[in-house]
Amino acid sequence: MVQIWKFGDDIDTDQIVPGRYAPYMRPNEDVGKAAFIEAHPEFNKLAEPGDIIVAGENFGCGSSREYAVLALKRRQIGAIIAKSFARIFYRNAINLGLILIEAPLVVDELSDHDLCTLDLDGNRLEVGNHRHRLPEISPFAREIVSAGGLVAYIQTNDRLPGE
Amino acid sequence: MGQTLTEKIFSNSLGRVVQAGEIVVVQPDVVMSHDSLTPGIIDILQQDFGRNTVQIPNQLVFSFDHVAPASTVGTAENQNKVRAFAQRNNIRLFEVGRGICHQVLVEEGIAQPGFIVLGADSHSTSYGAVGAFGSGMGSTDVAAIWATGKTWLRVPETLRILVRGRFQSGVGPKDLALKIGRELSISGATYQTIEYHGLDWLPLYGRQTLCSMAVELGAKAGIVPPSGEISRRFTVPEWLFVDPDASYFRTLEIDLETLEPQIAIPHAVDHVVDISVVAGKKFDQIFLGTCTNGRYEDLRAAALIIKGHQISDQVRFIITPASSHELLRAMADDTLSTLIAAGAVLSTPGCGACMGRHQGTLGKNDVCLSTGNRNFKGRMGDPASQIYLVSPAVAAASAIRGAITDPRYI
Repeated sequence: MVQIWKFGDDIDTDQIVPGRYAPYMRPNEDVGKAAFIEAHPEFNKLAEPGDIIVAGENFGCGSSREYAVLALKRRQIGAIIAKSFARIFYRNAINLGLILIEAPLVVDELSDHDLCTLDLDGNRLEVGNHRHRLPEISPFAREIVSAGGLVAYIQTNDRLPGE
Repeated sequence: MGQTLTEKIFSNSLGRVVQAGEIVVVQPDVVMSHDSLTPGIIDILQQDFGRNTVQIPNQLVFSFDHVAPASTVGTAENQNKVRAFAQRNNIRLFEVGRGICHQVLVEEGIAQPGFIVLGADSHSTSYGAVGAFGSGMGSTDVAAIWATGKTWLRVPETLRILVRGRFQSGVGPKDLALKIGRELSISGATYQTIEYHGLDWLPLYGRQTLCSMAVELGAKAGIVPPSGEISRRFTVPEWLFVDPDASYFRTLEIDLETLEPQIAIPHAVDHVVDISVVAGKKFDQIFLGTCTNGRYEDLRAAALIIKGHQISDQVRFIITPASSHELLRAMADDTLSTLIAAGAVLSTPGCGACMGRHQGTLGKNDVCLSTGNRNFKGRMGDPASQIYLVSPAVAAASAIRGAITDPRYI
């Protein structure tokens, strides 16, 4: 069982990792330790590998900083389930192999600190006795994520996605 | 059926007719990255792709603007790493103080009408000001372009903004950009291109203000159809014009005749109100700069209001020109001297305080009026600080009074 961390709408990348905590500014620090360091100190201290982020609309808006995704990846976040994602964040997450699921109908059914089990192959999320059906990840995105991210995809297939 | 400017630019790049919704693989004309992310992109290229060279060196351009000059040993060493890489691979590099990437690429004629310009920076939507398709990407996407020369993109649908009338006195492009945010919301153009129509009369600087903020509504790109100053300064391809029967996802009309000065209040770009709602509020700092409002015309608008006044001793006023060229323009007349004599301070051309790293970082409970594009919590410093987004005219009028002021009343 893993824990759900629930966020609202329009979570911007300055909240996920403030620019002042960028690898450029702190080259010898693990950016994973900066995840939500100011916006959600409890998450920053307590999030465990496999935990799920659940959020409203437009998760990851703002800057193109890939280290926002990298920080969550380093924390081994199991997936982000949101009503919608900002586009650069969405691409960055696919490219680094972080699972994003757009599930607008499921988000409102989930609460902060719910304990759950995520079955990615079966597109299911179990919370207590309740089993939520998750929408399929788009085949295009799934192919990149399954390959292990964009670099691995290109190296394995010797071509770009969509080529 | 007609095409949108986005469809035309992708069709030209691929040599076949392309429609919105298609996923295509293109070779971008220009790929930009700056000092903040280029060191990490070099790492991805070398460590993950196992390469030391880039596929198409003259496709790339580097700019030093985010923390420039360096403020720490770490940033200094990262910059040296980028300099060495650029020299080894024969890549164009714009040094410390030259200015913000999005301004410099336009000044240098690197971003051109009809080009696909991708940047490792979300405000790469700015290049739409010259009629390019400009869009931001993350580091791994950019590293993949360095390695292969190409990238995949989904050709976006287009949302049309139809602007009517002209700005009233005291109202300008930033107010329009904020008003569009107010109408569309922070995610109102996600995955789409915004085309701005009805602005043939608008000079380049105003188009840059609008297009830089397209990303704040979630847009993939923002394009003003090339005309006027752009047609005079750039070569516009004969195919790059608006088809009357192009298909738009949505059209939003905005009337400039009734537009008042706008202000975005903390902590979201779409928390926009008429300035009268917050007039009289005290603040601590003004930041006049950024890729949105750091050009000569922005500094000029501020100087014309401040001329004959002093900046309140209750506030600090930081000017960060968008580029060395814009600084020189502000020095060629009395723009800069007026602002400095009134109590403003000048910092190195570049991104300045925009992301809270240097040259005006905010402390706890500091309130800043910024002519920039983002007021997210903690962006410019302590999470208990506050950012209001304003036009250069509102910044200048407020500087005199030491409180948020409608420039029409000075």
